[in-house]
This record gives sequence, structure tokens and C-alpha cells, in this order.
Amino acid sequence: MGIFDYFKSKNAPTSASVAKDRLQIIVAHERTKRCQPDYLPQMQQEIIDVIRKYVNIGSEDVQIQLDNTDDCSILELNVTLPE
Amino acid sequence: MAKIIVVTSGKGGVGKTTSSAAIGTGIALKGHKTVIIDFDVGLRNLDLIMGCERRVVYDFVNVINKEATLSQALIKDKRTKNLFILPASQTRDKDALTIEGVQEVLEELAKEFEYIICDSPAGIEKGAQMALYFADAAIVVTNPEVSSVRDSDRILGILQSKSRRAEEGKEPIEEHLLLTRYHPGRVALGEMLSVSDVEDILAIPLLGVIPESEAVLKASNQGTPVILDTISEAGMAYGDAVDRLMGEERPLRFLEVQKKGFIKRLLGG
Repeated sequence: MGIFDYFKSKNAPTSASVAKDRLQIIVAHERTKRCQPDYLPQMQQEIIDVIRKYVNIGSEDVQIQLDNTDDCSILELNVTLPE
Repeated sequence: MAKIIVVTSGKGGVGKTTSSAAIGTGIALKGHKTVIIDFDVGLRNLDLIMGCERRVVYDFVNVINKEATLSQALIKDKRTKNLFILPASQTRDKDALTIEGVQEVLEELAKEFEYIICDSPAGIEKGAQMALYFADAAIVVTNPEVSSVRDSDRILGILQSKSRRAEEGKEPIEEHLLLTRYHPGRVALGEMLSVSDVEDILAIPLLGVIPESEAVLKASNQGTPVILDTISEAGMAYGDAVDRLMGEERPLRFLEVQKKGFIKRLLGG
């Protein structure tokens, strides 16, 4: 630690810790996607098409997620319907 | 039975070829018959790093296409006993490599060699997948930098799902992290991801840390693997990494900032 360091802000996170935080988030996100089966995007599209027959929704109004726990998989479907 | 080791990274320019050359040479120096294969079809560079670019007559693709025999294409290293290089083709397109062709060449090499080092091209396309497909072990070369770490994680996913071992449900590929271009001074200042940061994110065993070193460029200028520069930090760090790869215990070196004089320390420079 040199004398100039005393003038620097003590609270600002270092750029390396920012990098680590960003990486941990993006890597975790990409790993969950990696474990998803290949059919998921297509299934999502077909679900959207079915709902669209009855309600006018955009493709971003449907969130689909597959979570794997030890012995079961949960398919979570979240549809935001217009008012 | 030969051990097939892929040197891979996803991202380009992180030191795959430098590491392949250094580690291949290090293994051969230990008395194991070793061949390093350049999988970067169209962008061959291992020959330059190994200093044998003027001795290339036939290449990997010639052997696959049966235009040359393996013994015609293999280049015997002039400096290191037990070491051979199989250069990549410079002219042809990446489709020249086929799974069947690569398998045939690897099986023939396995009869004669103890270690087969596959120097992967950058990216996650066919060339890179071909280089890792038959691997028993992988050395994932990573720089302490966001895009390199992310790409390494990507390549780990591919190793775990698209390799032969994964497809056949065999024991997974042995994974090793090789952190290169490490700058202890910048890590101390909080400007660079530390060894433990990268280990936390990638969660694979650490094979070695190669400090940023002028010796690496000097070695490539001269066409000499940097591991032969035994007085340089990078050369010694590669030596340690090879020892660990062979199952020996070696403490990590060159991770601390070098001691500075009083004036420099006072100024924080």
C-alpha cells in the first residue's frame, strides 16, 4: 500500500471483484441452460402458438423453465395474460 | 495404451499452442514418447512455435486422405528426444477432418506413443470438437479475464456432453485448469481475477499458473518451446505443471508480487 492509495475511495469494489460477480451470474445462468433438453425452445414456441389461438400474447409473455432436483424435474410455465 | 490430452480453451489467443508445445516437450523430456498434433486446419501454427516450419512436407489431412503415411508426416523434434509433431494442413478447409479419419490416425499413433497431445483450434466449431472428441484428459487454458473464463466454462460443457467418453457413458474426461498470462501485481491491486476467483467459478482442479512473462514471446520468436527456457518463470511454471500432470506434488510458484524497494513501495508504484 503506497501513500497514494490513501486518497482512493475505500468502498469502491475492485474491478476484479466486479468481474468475478458478473462471471458467477452469467456462468450459473448458462449452466442451467446447458442442462436443458434440446426440445425446450420448440416446445415453448408451440405452447405460445396454442395460447395465441385464444388470447393475444407476445412471445415474451411466456416464460418456461425446467428445474431439476434430485429425483424429479419441474416444468414451470409462467404466462402473463393481457388485462 | 496412449493417453490422449486435448489442450483447449474456447477463446483464441490465450496460449493453447504455447501450452501444447511446452507441455508436450515437458512430457517427452521425462522420457515418454509423445506426439503433438495441430488440429487447427487452415491456420497451422504449432510448427512455428516448435521451430520446425521448414521441415513440414506432409500433414495431418494428407494422412487422413491416405496421400501420405504417418511416418512421412511426423516430424521428429531436433532438440527433444521422444518428441514428434504432426502439423495441420495449411490450405484445406476444416471439413477435411472427419471423426473416422481422426480416429484411424489416433489409433495408429496410440500403438507407438505414450502421450498424444491435441492442440485444439479456437472456437467451439467442428475443429475444436474433433480435437476433444477422443480425449482422456483436457487441459483448459484460461486467462484471468472475463471472456476467457466464460468461454472455458462453455468448453467444459462441451467436454462433458459431446466427447466420446460422454456419448459412450464412460468415465468423464479428466479436467485440468491451466491459468496463463497471470499478473500477480495486478491481482494484488484488484485489477485482475485471482487464481482462487477463477477456481471458484470454473470449479475444476488447477494444473498450474503461468505468469505473464517476456520469455514466452522470446521463445516463440525463436521457435523454441518456452519450457526449455529453464531460467524463466514461465518455463519453470510449465515444468511444474508437467510434473503435476504426471502425478507429482508441486507447490504453486510465482503468485506473489516481487519485492520492491523502499522508495517504490512508498510511492505505491
